[in-house]
Amino acid sequence: MIDFVLNGETVSVDVEPDTPLLWVIRDTLGKTGTKFGCGVAACGACTVHVDGVATRTCVLPVEAVASASVTTIEGIAAGETRHRVQQAWIDEQVPQCGYCQSGMIMAVTALLAENPSPTDADIDDAVTNICRCGTYSRIRSAIHRAARA
Amino acid sequence: MARNKKNAEGKPKSRARRRFLIGSTIAAGGLFVGWQLLGGGASTDPETLLSPGADEAALNAWVKIARDGTVTIAVPRSEMGQGIHTALPMILAEELDADFDRVEIIDAKVDRIYVNDVMLPEGFPFGPHDESFIARQARATGRWLSGVIAVQATGGSTSVRAGWQPMREAGAMAREMLKQAAATRLGTSAASLKTERGEVVDPASGRRIGYGELAADAANVKLAEVPPLRDPSQFRIIGQPKQRLDIPAKVDGTATFGIDVRLPDMLFAAVKHPPVVGASVTRFDPAQVQRMPGVVKTVAVPGGIAVIADSTWRAKQAIEALDIEYDLGETPDFSTDGLFTSYEAALSEDGFGYQDDGEAVEMLEAAGSNVLEMTYRTPFLAHAPMEPMNCTARIVDDRLEVWAPTQAPSVSRWIAAGQADMDEDKVTVNVTYLGGGFGRRGEPDFIRQAVACAMAVPGRGVQVVWSREEDIRQDTYRPATLAHFRITTDSEGYPVAWANKLVGPSTSGQATMRYIPFGSDAGPDRTTVDGAAWLPYAIPNMRVEHILSRVPVRIGFWRSVGHSQNAFYSEAVIDELAHAAGKDPYAYRMHLLADSPRYAKVLQTVARMADWDTGAPAGRARGIALHESFGSIVAQVAEVSLDGSQPRVHRVWCAVDAGIVINPDTIVAQMQGGIVYGLTAALYGEITFADGEPQQSNFPDYEMIRLSTMPTIETEIIASTEAPGGAGEPGTPPIAPAVTNALFALTGQRARDLPLSRHDWTTTGS
Repeated sequence: MIDFVLNGETVSVDVEPDTPLLWVIRDTLGKTGTKFGCGVAACGACTVHVDGVATRTCVLPVEAVASASVTTIEGIAAGETRHRVQQAWIDEQVPQCGYCQSGMIMAVTALLAENPSPTDADIDDAVTNICRCGTYSRIRSAIHRAARA
Repeated sequence: MARNKKNAEGKPKSRARRRFLIGSTIAAGGLFVGWQLLGGGASTDPETLLSPGADEAALNAWVKIARDGTVTIAVPRSEMGQGIHTALPMILAEELDADFDRVEIIDAKVDRIYVNDVMLPEGFPFGPHDESFIARQARATGRWLSGVIAVQATGGSTSVRAGWQPMREAGAMAREMLKQAAATRLGTSAASLKTERGEVVDPASGRRIGYGELAADAANVKLAEVPPLRDPSQFRIIGQPKQRLDIPAKVDGTATFGIDVRLPDMLFAAVKHPPVVGASVTRFDPAQVQRMPGVVKTVAVPGGIAVIADSTWRAKQAIEALDIEYDLGETPDFSTDGLFTSYEAALSEDGFGYQDDGEAVEMLEAAGSNVLEMTYRTPFLAHAPMEPMNCTARIVDDRLEVWAPTQAPSVSRWIAAGQADMDEDKVTVNVTYLGGGFGRRGEPDFIRQAVACAMAVPGRGVQVVWSREEDIRQDTYRPATLAHFRITTDSEGYPVAWANKLVGPSTSGQATMRYIPFGSDAGPDRTTVDGAAWLPYAIPNMRVEHILSRVPVRIGFWRSVGHSQNAFYSEAVIDELAHAAGKDPYAYRMHLLADSPRYAKVLQTVARMADWDTGAPAGRARGIALHESFGSIVAQVAEVSLDGSQPRVHRVWCAVDAGIVINPDTIVAQMQGGIVYGLTAALYGEITFADGEPQQSNFPDYEMIRLSTMPTIETEIIASTEAPGGAGEPGTPPIAPAVTNALFALTGQRARDLPLSRHDWTTTGS
């Protein structure tokens, strides 16, 4: 059994220790907001926070997060109140298909926690996720909006 | 000349073409009878279609209203990011005079009444503005045929174009029914009543009754005819930027995509396909992986092998461990290089003439050595939507239920029923959100596999999820094509005779062959010349023909289809001619648009936005392109520089005339998205084959635009009273030529093939 904290609650899972965290979150724990995109940590759709750090989980063995704190897209709102990044995503009407946006939002919330007023260059360096719909312009605007909020 | 006369489908063009079309229409007639024999009845009872709750009343197949006034609109098109789950409800709500803040949506069921009757006729070999009798008849036949075979599908930027009239009528009829119910209650005439944002108002008494209170009575009102529709000047919802109804669920992880479907006690399957084009599985041994953790069953499925297990990861592990033997088929040596060689050889053949104005062929023969010749090429491309292909299916007793991120629910149902050998009325298809579509998700391959897996474990749901590698290597690619131009110009450098011979496969034809056993790719397919024929420019003698050259690779509809490559060819060639004439590329185009004011206005707008006459800052250059597709006209200016040896796109200006606009915010978003999709392809995109295998398999070798390479984009919508045009695709075609033209302006080097990052720009850099 491997224990870790998921969105504030301790969970125990009985899986092969090399199972990527992504599939534990999605298939074992039933939280489907975190997405599978590439399986090689190239697109960022599977981004969550591990102890506050934006982490791609499709290649991260679950044993690596034993006793760590994991936060997914389902865990960033304060009850009914959306995280300011989520609200900025609505205000800027960012998502198109929406599939990459959980990972984007997780990458951005981690960035803003570390760097409250990122420049465009900071954003380029920190948020390397792929959005096939091409919502990048609005992602950038929403990051700046959230930073001001 | 002589060669041309031998061409049965060419000259005398129109008569021969008509004969051909009538022939293919008859063939199509046989085709839809076949569809009917295979099942699929209509059910237009609103109660059945909308399943209203105890406090709801269904007024027609598109709308039900709850006692509390909530208006629920059934949307029969798939939401894949293009905003259709907001745009179609806006249209209906406008005519219903609903309070848009109280509108909710549901996915419509699969039913004939929700037919998309625009998509199919767009494959017919007539230009989009051909109003000849035969073209109009063909379109009418196509619309009728669409209804008979009940095409319920999302693609070709048709959703608003096809939904505009029925959604308006559905809204107007529901409004009239509510007014009549109110008139009965108030003892007055419906004609004396008005409506206002979800209420019927009696101006005489000042009484107001909410739609919710009237809905149950209104559902019993029978209308003899469709009431008059609103004048566009009265629109208060259409044309306003509305927040999209699907977005809140897409920022908190609650939106259910296909891959997110969860059923009690469900299983997961991973698939492996043969690595080589045209190969097939000959041997595998399920016992080899049966003892691996979580493995339930290993089965052959259409196209490959699937391992079914209790988690996606365990299924993946097992399929990777499984040894599979293949018959490499008839094309183990297939390569992209070889294909282009065969395309060039095919240029000596005559093709199907889609456009033949004036005497282009004769004039080019007479011109001898004064003919400009250019050959352009574009590669295979993968769709690579962010959500890899997946589908969930479950068979309980004699019923099959499918959950699919699909662009084609009606085809999916038919395919699923066929795979399970069931009647269609025993099959339910639930459409989830699509994590990108771009044409890939109209395909039935992943549906078949999920059904095959479900049949192997009756009673249990199975979700088939492809790896990204399978997604890219088993795509239905945008075909590689070649275009050979022969052009003469007048003393001013403007084109007099223009011949474009395109070589490539028939996308529509090959796709049809996958959907139905008696499909064919031998007939004409307008998508092969979309964007190459019927250009807005005044070119007096023009011939555009397509030479069918089949490929062993699976090909399919890729965002903007033929336009995606033909716009690159046409608009780069126009640019070449402008430079050869020593003229400004914008002014050159404007000269050729003297009789096409709607197009000229779009081009003028983008030139103004970009301040074209002032030009680019030092070290940068600009290119311009104009293209019409799917009923909308888009012009773009791209500003580029070289970053080392690689092109860098800094800014894009985009002007669009999409006719009457439903949700302007969505048009802007779709222009941005279309540009990024086309720019990714122009700069990086190619799938190449060697020894029968695609050489790319995942994002590290199939690169995408990201935030760091994203240009700024400014979009302006041109006010228009024309019928609504498409939005999802028209932003894509112009960007490749705009960027290519800008790179020529910067370096003097003309790229006649894509992707641009493959070219060596160091030798020519400024």
